[in-house]
Parts: sequence; C-alpha cells; structure tokens
Amino acid sequence: MSQQPKISAQGLNLTFQTNDGPVHALKDVDLNIEEGEFVSFIGPSGCGKTTFLRCIAGLETPTAGDLSVNGMTADEARRSRAYGYVFQHAGLYPWRTIGGNIRLPLEIMGYSKADQSERVAKTLEMVDLAGFEKKYPWQLSGGMQQRASIARALAFDADILLMDEPFGALDEIVRDHLNEQLLQLWARTKKTIAFVTHSIPEAVYLSTKIVVMSPRPGRITDIIESPLPAERPLDLRDTPEFLEVAHRVRDGLRAGHSYD
Amino acid sequence: MGCARGIPMTKAALPILTVLAAIVGIWYLAVAPMNIRVALDTVERTGAVVTPEGSVERRAVSVWRLMAQNREHVSAGYALDRPRLPTPAQVGGELWKTTGEMAAKGRAWSKRSLIYHSWITLRSTLWGFVLGTSIGIIGAIAIVYSRVADLSIMPWAIISQTIPIVALAPMIIVVASQLGVESRGVPKAIISAYLCFFPVLVGMVKGLRSPEASQLDLLKTYDASGLQTFLKLRLPGSVPYLFTSLKVGIAAALVGTIVGELPTGAISGLGARILIGDQFGTPLAIWAALFAAAILAGLLVTVLDVTQRLTLGRMGMRA
Repeated sequence: MSQQPKISAQGLNLTFQTNDGPVHALKDVDLNIEEGEFVSFIGPSGCGKTTFLRCIAGLETPTAGDLSVNGMTADEARRSRAYGYVFQHAGLYPWRTIGGNIRLPLEIMGYSKADQSERVAKTLEMVDLAGFEKKYPWQLSGGMQQRASIARALAFDADILLMDEPFGALDEIVRDHLNEQLLQLWARTKKTIAFVTHSIPEAVYLSTKIVVMSPRPGRITDIIESPLPAERPLDLRDTPEFLEVAHRVRDGLRAGHSYD
Repeated sequence: MGCARGIPMTKAALPILTVLAAIVGIWYLAVAPMNIRVALDTVERTGAVVTPEGSVERRAVSVWRLMAQNREHVSAGYALDRPRLPTPAQVGGELWKTTGEMAAKGRAWSKRSLIYHSWITLRSTLWGFVLGTSIGIIGAIAIVYSRVADLSIMPWAIISQTIPIVALAPMIIVVASQLGVESRGVPKAIISAYLCFFPVLVGMVKGLRSPEASQLDLLKTYDASGLQTFLKLRLPGSVPYLFTSLKVGIAAALVGTIVGELPTGAISGLGARILIGDQFGTPLAIWAALFAAAILAGLLVTVLDVTQRLTLGRMGMRA
C-alpha cells in the first residue's frame, strides 16, 4: 500500500486583499501530514496557523499552490464531511441541550434517529460527559462546554480532527486535564489531528510533529518530529527530553521574529 | 412573574405602586386649577357669590388668583358633570359604568358599552398585528438573504415611518373605499400593520444576523444547506429578538388602529369614542376610552410577555 499523506500542501500561498493593501497570510507553505499523526501549529498571532487550518477545512481558498485532503481538494473533502472542526469557543447552541448540540451534525447529515441517539451516547461517554445529555450549555463549565464541542466534532465518522486553539480560553488546570484526555482520545480513535495553539508546553506534550510558524508573511520556520514516547503521563513535561524539544520550539519562534 | 427572576412579587410591585401613587396625587392636585373656571361658572349660575363676577371678567384673571379668591368653591371643581379634567375617581366610575355595570346587565355588546368598542378595536389590532408581523418577518428574511433587498427595502422602511400616520390614514381609507372594500376593518388593519411591521422588521433583521461567524462556519464544515442553516441556526437564534419586537409591534398596532378610527367617521371602536367624546364635549367619555385603550395595550403586552417566557423557557434559554 503506497502511503499517501492524509493532508498535503505544496507551495501554498494565500493573500488577502485589504484596504491597506495585500496581506500575505501564507507564503510557500509545504507540509505533509500522515495518517494518524498529531500535528501542532504554533506561532505568534498573525503567523497564519489558523488560516492554514481554515484552508484545510475549505473555509478559505488558497490563492496559489496545491492542497489535498484525503486525496481530494479541500472543498471536496469538506463536502464529503472528511473532518470535524473544533473552534476556539465551544459555540454550542444555547437553545439545544448538550445531546441536542451533538445531534446537530447528525441531523444535518441525515443519520437515522436510532443511530443519532447511539452516537450521542457514545461520544458523550468518550469525552466523559455521560449523564449531561439533557443539560443546557449554560449549566456546564467552560471546560465541559469545550468537551461537548469536541464530542460534536467526533459524532460523525470523520477521521480528521481540526482543532483551532480549543483550550485557549481555559485556565491552566482545566487545560492540563483536557490535554491528557485528548491524548487518550487520540490513542483510542486513531484520528489524524491538526491542532493550533500558542502554548509551547501544550504543543510539545500533545504532538508527534510540531510546526513552528512566524508572521509577515505567514510561513513555516521549523518542523520538529517529536522524539517523545507515545505513552505520555503529565510529568513527562519535567524530563530533559521534553525540555529539549520545548527549547527547540522556542528557538524556532525566536528565529522567526528576528527575521523582520 | 417577578418571582421567576428571584425578586419577590411584593418587592417588584413596590416601585410601580409608588409611581402610580405619585401620578394619582399630581392628577388630583391638577384638577383644581384645570376646573376652577368651569366650577365658578357653575356655582355662579346657582346663585353663589364669586369674585370677580361674570365669566367674561374672570377670563383676564389667572387660575391661581381665582382659586385664592374663591377658596370655598374650589371643591366644586371635583364634582362637575363636564369637567375639563375629570378626577381619577370620575374616570374610574365612567369606565365601570360603561364596562362592568353594562356587562352585569347583559348589555356588554350594546353600542354604548366600551367592551363592544374595545372588541372592535382589538379585532382590527390583531388583524393588523398578524399582517404587520408577517410583512416584517418576510421582509427581514429578504434583507438578510439578499443584498439587493437590503439596499432597496431598508431605506423605504425607514422613510415609511417618518410620514405622520395621521396624514396617511385618510388616504388609505379613501383608496380602500375606491377599491370597493366595504368593511371598515380592512383599512384600519392596514394602518395598524403599517405601524406594526417596522419594529418587527428591524428586530428580525438583527435576530437573523445574530449568529456569529464561527457558528456559520461550523455549519459550513457540515456542508449544511441554506435551508438547514436557516432552520437550525438563524431562525432559533432570532426568537429572543422576535419577542422583544413583537411587544413593541403590538402596541404600535393598537395605536395604528385607534388613529385609523379617528378621521374616518367611524362610529365604533375606541378611537371613534375618543372623537365622539370630543365633538359632544363629554371629556369623561374620552378619558374612559383612553383608559380602556391603555388597559387593552397592557393586556396584549402581558400576553406576549408570558408567551415569551414560556417559549424561551422551553428552548432552555434564560429569559
């Protein structure tokens, strides 16, 4: 079986036309993401990490270059519902219960009622929210809401998970806990995950591959294949190996900054 | 309903009652200067001594001096048959005489009963409300989904509200009769809808546009159709806005109906009662009709308010 990358970008460029002239959001981005990888994108604001994720999702259209997702164009992949997308804010509908929110994509995609209920129960259990199906979003904490939004992205059979700073608005303690849970989820589901963050420890802890980006123009400055083991307890973050990877990420970020 | 927000009913009612008491107090005080001239004319006719003598002579004297010089006759102003300003008790009495008392005698649907006239006004108001709300909602959907509609409908909707409805009402009635519409209810409902559609239009445009970009993006990642986006996101998201504008809209619809009843030579409806009261010099009838209209408006808004709470409660949103 010839291993085709799950997501592949070659010479990707995206320029936004604004009133202040063109903004180079992405410049010559080359990247392959293999099936089952956990790839983090890290960089300061304006480095194009979210824009790149939105390109993969077919929410933005690159102005030049090639992008394939699951062997299709990004837009075809979007229409074939190839991925689940988790936004920075949970964005649960306040008029739907937690179960109703998770059911939303299933209703739109035309799953049968029985299948819907089964999947809601299964994904709620996956994100440790069993028993909260009938609750409304405002009755849950921020961390629980974000877990519900991850469940919503997992409910249908997409094997790619795109996550745009999903834990950015949460406090450190909740974030640690969710990072650990996310790794377990990834190990269990074998999904391919693209994860945008601006936290170095989070990127190093979670990823098999770390993509360091820098702004003006938005580009990749370093790609780090993580040498860390697959088994990752939280205290891994105090080991010399972990700190070494974190150091390299920090160097990459600094190099990007001295460029302009 | 105050209990639902965690404020005890009695505590919620206290500020309202305080304001009410102040209004009634000021009203009673105002009755004396408002009615002093009529009161002096009346007592003079019965032979009492009034300074200065003669209605014409008194015209040059201020009401304050008249009250100071004729202290013993000030109280007569509180018991006139045709006062300039009736007391709250007189208005309440008239209101009761034309509603509850007539209903008790089984004459609720008599042409002299305010229950009958309120019903005539209510019927047109509800028709106008349904018509105006439909126009408002359909217009809002058009505006949100079409840039052309946004550019063409919105300015005209705003201009429509700057035209005084009193000037427009007779024209609508003339056009309606030219078209052979016999029923008086139709032009009234149109005038009512004319005032009512605007708040609904503005509120619904805001409501349908209330979903954030990320919520729309989310549906795009599911490859949701336009209809699905409308039914599952925009429409439910607009419900809180809809109710707020419905409450403004129903009050506007009632005002529209009453204005529609004024210049038309109509003989039934609260607006007609106000006009007839004015023409026949019976201020008590005017005031009773005004209060009937206010009570009607209060009831309509309360019904919508309760519906809003129940609906939002069922939708899991905190009202």
